[in-house]
Amino acid sequence: MQSMLRRLLPALGLTLSLLLTGCGYNDFQRLDEQVKSGWAEVLNQYQRRSDLIPNIVATVKGEANFEQETLTKVIEARSKATSIQATPELVNDPAAFQKFQEAQGQLTGALSRLMVVSEQYPNLKANQAFQDLRVQLEGTENRITVARNRYIKTVQDYNVLARSFPTNLTAMVFSYGVKPGFTVANEAAISAPPAVSFDKPASK
Amino acid sequence: MHAVRLRAPRWAVAGWLALLAMLALGALLIGGPAAAQDLQAIPPLTARVMDQAGLLQPAQRQALEDKLAAFEAQAGPQIVVFTVASIGIEDIADFAQRTGDAWKIGRRGVGDGVLLIVSRDDRKLRIQVAKALEGAVPDLAARQIITNSIAPAFKRGDYAAGLDAGVTALMARIRGEHLPAPAAPARGGQADTGFDWEELAIVFFIGVPLLGGVLSSVLGRKLGSVVTAGGAGTLAWWLSTSLLIGGLAGVVALVLVGVMGVGGARGLGGGRGGRGGPPVIWGGGGGGGGFGGGGGGGGGGFSSGGGGDFGGGGASGDW
Repeated sequence: MQSMLRRLLPALGLTLSLLLTGCGYNDFQRLDEQVKSGWAEVLNQYQRRSDLIPNIVATVKGEANFEQETLTKVIEARSKATSIQATPELVNDPAAFQKFQEAQGQLTGALSRLMVVSEQYPNLKANQAFQDLRVQLEGTENRITVARNRYIKTVQDYNVLARSFPTNLTAMVFSYGVKPGFTVANEAAISAPPAVSFDKPASK
Repeated sequence: MHAVRLRAPRWAVAGWLALLAMLALGALLIGGPAAAQDLQAIPPLTARVMDQAGLLQPAQRQALEDKLAAFEAQAGPQIVVFTVASIGIEDIADFAQRTGDAWKIGRRGVGDGVLLIVSRDDRKLRIQVAKALEGAVPDLAARQIITNSIAPAFKRGDYAAGLDAGVTALMARIRGEHLPAPAAPARGGQADTGFDWEELAIVFFIGVPLLGGVLSSVLGRKLGSVVTAGGAGTLAWWLSTSLLIGGLAGVVALVLVGVMGVGGARGLGGGRGGRGGPPVIWGGGGGGGGFGGGGGGGGGGFSSGGGGDFGGGGASGDW
């Protein structure tokens, strides 16, 4: 009896230590923190873009006959995006997250349209200040892409942990839900081939 | 006593075989190819000037290489020039980002790296700046370096002059930044990715005695300890990606289980208990020596500091 106990003890200890490291509580904490900081970086870069826009708008306004509609769209999209309180807690509220994403997506669209339209104005193309802003905007969009990609990766790690066995039990006990990633809002529009028209500067 | 000595190698050989099997398994697990489809593969970083497109003469390449090496030795930041024939349909910003993520150039703890990427057939180039240097080389400055220093020479077809002027301009900007001074010449390639000492310690002080106890009771003390040592060494190697640490872990585990008898279990065959000591230590010496020899390599050539974090900063251009 004594010897059997002695023999079982190591095995028992091994299982126990495996159970302790296997519940993943610490992993949840680590990844949760990573998701938060990843999201903060995304917000940071969106903010950077938002700060750039007034300068771009001011420069473009100097061009007398600039297509007004494109410009107003950018201004509207920006004010809409900034009206949403962007907090780190947004990651735990899928509905608000979705709304924030939509607003930022619209701003991306409006801005890229502005940049395309600006190509048609020789004065703007020759304007050094505008070209500088353009470079800065480009860099910011790149940073947004990188930050979003990193956020997506961390959220993926977190969600895999939250949904796979046995860590899902830990998630259940502490009620950790899955976190929202970025989705493409207009999937249908992207998969459709673009309509090319040479009539006039498309306005919509 | 003499007969006992003669038997020792057999145990050692068995231990070695088990160890080799584990190593092979570990290599298989780690080396799974994770190639991204359709995208240009990024080669391993072997030099400061990775001239895959063949834009430079050997002498020019060497001169640029020396210039970059001297700058790193003097100021600290790592600058890498990378030319490719073509990047296909991928945007050069994305390609540069992938390269930066793969190479992570820049000192560990400082993260000061800059990539200058040229795609010959697409006639595009990009300066990709790690986050630590985004203050020294903001996007606009990168853009100006491309349009003012590099592009004019490239238009003439003088790639060496363009790259040299670009690198010089980058260095001038970076010198203005107050970065930590470069460390004394590094000892060998210490390219391990930040690993968890805590995890290793847990494995050691809980796992090893337990595993050792179980294996010793099943396989006998000598074989059990050798197998435990092999396992601990492999695990430590896998966790720390350092052969040296793996080897040390193996030796320590061997001493813990084999000599000190941590784990407590007696060998099943009572008669064998008496002759534990010397043969086991002999086996351990062999194992440790093998690992240590492997760990010493890897110096010499250029290696990335591994600290560069690229967040998308920099600028693209063409010529």
